[in-house]
Parts: sequence; structure tokens; C-alpha cells
Amino acid sequence: MAGLRLEGLRKSFGANEILKGVDLALADGEMLVIVGASGCGKSTLLRLVAGLESPTAGRILIDDQDVTGRDPSARDIAMVFQNYALYPHMSVFDNMAYGLKIRGLPKSEIRAKVDAASSLLGLDALLDRKPRQLSGGQRQRVAMGRAIVRDPKLFLFDEPLSNLDAKLRVQMRGEIRRLQRRLRVTSLYVTHDQVEAMTLGDRLLVMHQGVPVQLATPTEVFERPADTYVAGFIGSPAMNLLPGILGRNGTVVAVEGTEIPLGNRRFARPDGHPVTLGIRPEHVALDPAGTSWPVEVVELLGSEMLVHAGRADGASLTLRLPNGAALSDTVRVSFPAGQLHLFDRATGLRLEAVA
Amino acid sequence: MERRTLFPGRLLPALLILPQLALTVVFFLWPALQAIKSSLEREDAFGTSTEFVGLENFADLFSDPLYVAAIGRTALFCVCVTALAMGVALLLAVLADTEIRGRAFYRTMLIWPYAVAPAMAAVLWVLMVHPQIGLVGAWLNRIGVAWDYKLDGTQAMALVIVAAAWKQVSYNFIFFLAGLQAIPKTIVEAARIDGSRGFHRFRTIVLPLLMPTVYFLLVVDLVYAAFDTFATVYAVNGGGPGQSTQTLVLKVYLDGVVNANIGSSSAQSVVLMAGVIVLCAVQFRYLGRKAVT
Amino acid sequence: MMRSRLVALIPHAVLILAVLLFAFPIWIAIAGSTQDSAAIARGDISLIPDPAGLGVYRDVLVNGSAGAGPVWRALLVSAGMALVIALGKIALSLPSAYAVTFFRFPFRMTAFWLIFLTLMLPVEVRLIPTFQVMSSLDLINSFTGLTIPLVASATATLLFRQTFLTLPDELVEAARMDGAGPLRFLKDIIIPISGANIAALFVILFVYGWNQYLWPLLVATDPKLDTVVIGIVKMIGVDTATEWNKVMATAVLALLPPVAVVLLMQRWFVKGLTEGDK
Repeated sequence: MAGLRLEGLRKSFGANEILKGVDLALADGEMLVIVGASGCGKSTLLRLVAGLESPTAGRILIDDQDVTGRDPSARDIAMVFQNYALYPHMSVFDNMAYGLKIRGLPKSEIRAKVDAASSLLGLDALLDRKPRQLSGGQRQRVAMGRAIVRDPKLFLFDEPLSNLDAKLRVQMRGEIRRLQRRLRVTSLYVTHDQVEAMTLGDRLLVMHQGVPVQLATPTEVFERPADTYVAGFIGSPAMNLLPGILGRNGTVVAVEGTEIPLGNRRFARPDGHPVTLGIRPEHVALDPAGTSWPVEVVELLGSEMLVHAGRADGASLTLRLPNGAALSDTVRVSFPAGQLHLFDRATGLRLEAVA
Repeated sequence: MERRTLFPGRLLPALLILPQLALTVVFFLWPALQAIKSSLEREDAFGTSTEFVGLENFADLFSDPLYVAAIGRTALFCVCVTALAMGVALLLAVLADTEIRGRAFYRTMLIWPYAVAPAMAAVLWVLMVHPQIGLVGAWLNRIGVAWDYKLDGTQAMALVIVAAAWKQVSYNFIFFLAGLQAIPKTIVEAARIDGSRGFHRFRTIVLPLLMPTVYFLLVVDLVYAAFDTFATVYAVNGGGPGQSTQTLVLKVYLDGVVNANIGSSSAQSVVLMAGVIVLCAVQFRYLGRKAVT
Repeated sequence: MMRSRLVALIPHAVLILAVLLFAFPIWIAIAGSTQDSAAIARGDISLIPDPAGLGVYRDVLVNGSAGAGPVWRALLVSAGMALVIALGKIALSLPSAYAVTFFRFPFRMTAFWLIFLTLMLPVEVRLIPTFQVMSSLDLINSFTGLTIPLVASATATLLFRQTFLTLPDELVEAARMDGAGPLRFLKDIIIPISGANIAALFVILFVYGWNQYLWPLLVATDPKLDTVVIGIVKMIGVDTATEWNKVMATAVLALLPPVAVVLLMQRWFVKGLTEGDK
């Protein structure tokens, strides 16, 4: 059925290489979220799939058909834009119907399709309005409707929720998810927001500087980040990353001279190998026998609080604690062995235990 | 600035731009180049042959005391028209910008003269100050002022300046008003809280923020006074009495069209062209960059 | 209390004075047009219009006055000229601006600069050669010659280009996804959303066309092609035995159309003028 496959996709603007080779395959009906900081190439990737840019190298296949050289309108795809890009002078109905009119569909069929999409999106009462008479959420729905009526093989979403306020964003996020599940249209969704990425995607593709760094389910990305970039990018507040040295035959990491045991895991690197130790703020444990960190700032978040601690040498540590935890000027903490992530300090790549 | 998304194709855009380009080349560029060419040539008395004379026409031009006088006269005229039109317009715009009742009415009543042709401005003022039939002109003579712009060069100059400025006030007014309304209310309010009031606030807060508009209008008004007022001056007295209101544009017309002195008229055209280009370059440099790049 | 109230009246006083100053010359023409020509010639002009004299408007429209043909004809020439110039400029500028903004083709910027250059070459600085070009194309004393050379417009092209540049790229992209090609996008999207700009430009360009003086003076000597502006200047030129009421009536008629266009379309016009920045 309608899957998407990208093979060795590259894009340069002049000497500036934006995409450095992306291979990707989406199953039919899958929702893949591409996430990364701005400038990572995620939007360019989407625009290549849309046909709004042409790749420097590589192939794009929709439904096993090579569409690389085709015009956007000949790819049977639909796109939802961040700023909605509604036609300002057309009514909601005409906005949704425009693409169908160009394709020369009979009026009755256009009417039926637009009606179906508008009732799905709750836009029935707004069909005669102009975009400027709509709220942000309503405009977003019209933009979705415009994509839905076309009944495309592939949906492309380009940060569709970024222009909405926080509350509406959560609501629309849920709606997009429900809609996509219901319509089962293969979808590519670009965002810089990791919460959107975690909640929406069947799988995530984390991009960094034009290179895909991890392609996995949200759980996998969160629990086993492929490198220090992903570790720092996914999860809020970010994972603590501390420089250390592997020791005792790959079973401990020495951070600032303190040996932290890795439990019953052993890492196949020589002793003295420089590594980066990662631990999420919620996993750092208060421990009267642990190492001492001076507290700098405490942020109350309601049911929990964030404690930012720092040492004179610049090392810093964030803890996520239940509200009301007893604190003094310093915290004593320990790092539970089961929650530790280990990365190669030179390459940044995740290290896996051998046993 | 460029768009990110473009349509493919070359033939279609070429066809879309061609009509305008053709007119531009035939009726603007070609004549302009011709003007430059004939400014470097001289026709013999019978118009049978032309010879290349280099910059001689220009040399003759600048050694002609009549031309030099016309330069000075044009400069005076331009400065007076610009100063008058801008000064009055700024005053009126500042008053009309306040929270005043009947603002829309005042605005409408000050905007309509935009529609008056430069030639019509002359006609209306002549009908008003004509020494015999004009209400004001006849009255001046009755109270003992020897008013006749057809005989007195200074009076003629004053008349064309006032008529030309009168027509241009509304244009300036529109821009000053838009400029004033574009100043964020919060800035003016902050100045009020700081205790700045009245003229002091205008001079230290409002005027500096209005300077882009001032510069823009300065160039527009100078170009207007130098070129568009041909009709105003020509309709009042045809440049007279004597040469007293003969500005540079009038002289190009009189020397070229009426007296058929092609070489000199072309040289004068080239001088004027240089003038517009300098003014446009100034405008482009300081103001219009965004409009073009 | 008394004093502050007086101070508050000063802006009104100045503005009313200005309004009167601007309206006064027109008022004289309106009042004078209804009065007896001989009385005006003696300097006895009244500021109160005489309703009995309104017949003069019919008279000048149909018969004209000494030294000038019937005014209806001149009004027709002016209206034709203003309309052809205004609509022609819009019809030529919009596609040009569209081409330089939404396409990339060889010599694109050269073409744009050539059009931009026309701003710096008003008729006034190229009188004689323009006349020569006109006569070699046999356009002297023709309505075509009166209008077509003025139809190129840098101002309108710049204004359209500026607004096109502010359109979000996504709008074009959405249209391309919907399957709209360049001509379809021009027709379905660009022209409809340029409505306010077109209206504003129409006012500015109509006034520009109506108010032409030097151009018709140069290329149309045939009295049949006299615009009303040319006609009235001719009328005040003959000083002796002038029928002043007819002159004034003609002046009022010559002012009416452009003033009406500006006032009726004031909102768009002001917006277009100030946002376009020339």
C-alpha cells in the first residue's frame, strides 16, 4: 500500500550541505515524527518529500513509485503548514475545495468531500467564513481539512502546532493523533517540540546537523538514546551528562575521583577510557552517604521541584524531586546503577554493556 | 530579498514582462540615449548635417549667463516650494493627529487638493489673484498695492511658488499623518511619564522618529518642484514676465520645442537627467533600499 | 478654566483656517462661474453663487467658449486618457512584478532595473528625442500616442513587487500542492488578494493621467485631442474678451472627476500611497 521510502537523500544549497544522506522507510499508515533543533535539516527533508525542493542526490519513492522528479501536485500528497497558508480571500469551503476544483472533480463530489471533512473536523458552521474571521485553532482545522479532502497517499505536517497557544496545542495534538489513527494515512510530521514528538509518533527520527542520529519508537529513544545529542535533546529537563573515566575492568565510572558502580553491567572498553555518564534528573537519588553538591536554584513546579546544583569547577547537576523534599544548602546524592547511561566521550555514541 | 518558492519556467515570465519592457525601452530608454547623443552634437543652421562636438554644448550652456541665472532661479523656487509645502503640511498633520473632534472631516478637506493638476493649481490661483478679475488681486490694487504678476517678476515668482506649494501640501500631509500614526503610542506615553510636554516632546521624541518621512518627502518635493511644476509655471505666465519665472524645465521646453535649438536643449536635458539621478540615488541610498533590494 | 478652553480651540482654528484656505480658490471658481462675465471682468465678483447662472455649465459642455471647443469633448479625451493610462499601467505592472518576484529567468534583474530606471527619466528630461521617436512611429496627434507611452510604470511595478514579496512562501507552496500552476495562481490568488492595491493604484494613476499637461502639449497639437486641462490653460491664456464665467465653469468641470475619485476612494488611496512608499 502507500508507504514512503527515501534512499540516500542529500541536499546542498551551494557549498552548504543541509542533508547529508537520509535513508528511511515508512510502513503504510505509520506516523513518523522528525524532530531536531532548528537548522537540523528536518524542514528541508519534508520539503524534498513534498517536491518543493529537488534533492542533490537520492530517490524518493511513494507507494514504490519513484516521484523524485515530479511536481508537488503530481505526488498525491497533502501538506499542513505552520502558518496554515490559507487563501485569505477564499471562504473555508473554497479553501478546502480549491485543490479538488483544479483537479476537475464534479461539483457534487467536491461538495460531498468537503462536507465529510468539515463534519469530521467540526467545521460545519464555519464553511462560509473567511480565514481572518477564524481563531488560530479553527484555521489549523481548515488547513487539516484542506489536506484531508484530497484523500492523499501521504500527509506532511510542517510544525503545524507552533503558532498555537499552549492549551490549544495540547488539544490539537490529541485531535491530530486521533484523526491520523482513524484515517490511517502515512504521515511525516516535523517538529522541534519533543513533547509533540513523543506523543504523536509511532516512531521518531531525531536529526542533528543534517544527519539522522536515531530512528526508533518514542520509548526506545527516551530509554536508550543513541548518543549524547539525543540524550540531551529528548527529555525535559535534559539528562545530566558528566565526564568520567571507565575503571575496574569496565564496571565503574570515576567522576571527579568518586567511583560510581555500574551494577552488574560490564562495558568492553579498556580501563581509563574517557566516557560520558548520563542520568535523568528524576533518577538522581538523595542519599546521606552520597557525594555532596551545593544547591544553586530551586524551581517549584507544583507537584514536584527541580533542584539545580553546581560545583565550583563548573560541573552541574539537576534533580527532580517530589515537592516538599527536605533540602539544605547542599544535597548529597547517589546515582542508582540501573538508571545510568554510558556514552563514549570521543564519539558521543552510546555504549552498551556486554553482559 | 528573494522568495524561497518559485515557479519553474522561463518563457512565461518573459512574456509577462515583455510588454512593459518594450514600452520602457522604446519610449524611455531610447529617447534618453538619443538625448545624450544629440547633447554631444551640433546641427548646422539648415539642419542638413550634424557634427560631433564633444562637451561643447555643455561648455556653452554653463557659460551662458541666462542658463546660470535659470539654475539659481530654479534652486530658489525648489527650496521655497519644498519648505512651504512641508512646513504647512507638518503643522496641519500634527494638529490633525491629536485626539481632536472632526478629525475625519479635516483630513478629507485637506486631502482633496491631491487631485488638482499642477496646471489647474495655476488656473485656480490666477482666477483668484488676477489683477483685474481676481477677487484678491483686484482688492490688492484697490487698497493701493501695485499687484500685477504679469508685469512684476518678483510677484510672479511668489505666485508660482505659492500655487505650486499649495497643491503639494496635501501629498505631504498624507505622508506626515501616516508617519505620525506609525509612531507607537507607548513611546509618546513614556515621554509623557518622563515629564516631556508640548513642543519639547515634539522636538525630542516625535520629530526624530518622523525623520525618515521628512527625508522621503524632501526628495519627492524637490523632484516635484523641479519637474512637475512645468505646467504650473507655464500656465501662469509662460515663464515670464521676461525670464523671471523661467525654471530649467521651462527652458528645456522653450529652447527645444519653441526655438528648436536641439543641441542646447539636449544638453539641458542631460543636465536635468543627472539631477534626477542624483536625487534618486540619494533617496535610494538612504530610504528606498528596502523597496528595491 | 476659560483659558484652557481657549487653548483647546487653537488646533481647530488653525485647521479650519487651512481648510478654508484650500477650499477658497475652488469656491471662487464655483461662485464666479454662475455670475455675469462682464461683472467679473470689472472685478465685481461675488462670493455668493447665483443659481440663475447655472446654465453656464450646459453652455460650456455643449458649445464651449471662445478659443476652445465644447467641454464634453475635452472631458471625454481626459477621461479616456486617464482610464487607459490607469488601467494600462495596472495591467502591465502586475504581470511584470509577478514575473520578477515568482520566477527566476535570465536577465531578470536587468529587466527589473530597466523598468526601475523609468522613475529617473520623466518626460521633462527627454522632450525632444521622445518627440522624434513619437513622430517616427507616426504617433503624433493620435490617442494612442497620447496614452500608450505613459503606460509603462515603475511605481506600480515596485508597489506590486513589494506586496508580493511579503506574501508567505507557504501560500505559494499550498497552491502548488493543490495543483495550481503559475497562471492559475496569478488568476485565482494573486489578483484577488491584490484588490486593495489595485484600487489604490487606480486612484493614484487616474489622477496622474487626468492631470497630464506637458505630454499632451508635446504630442497632440490637434484641438480635437485637447484634454480639459490643456483646454483651460488655453482659455486663460487669451486675456482679452475672455468669458470668465465660462472659464471658471470649465475649471470646476475639470476638477470634478479626479477630486471625486480621490474622495470616494480615500481609504484605499491613502493606504496604498503611504504603504507603497513610491
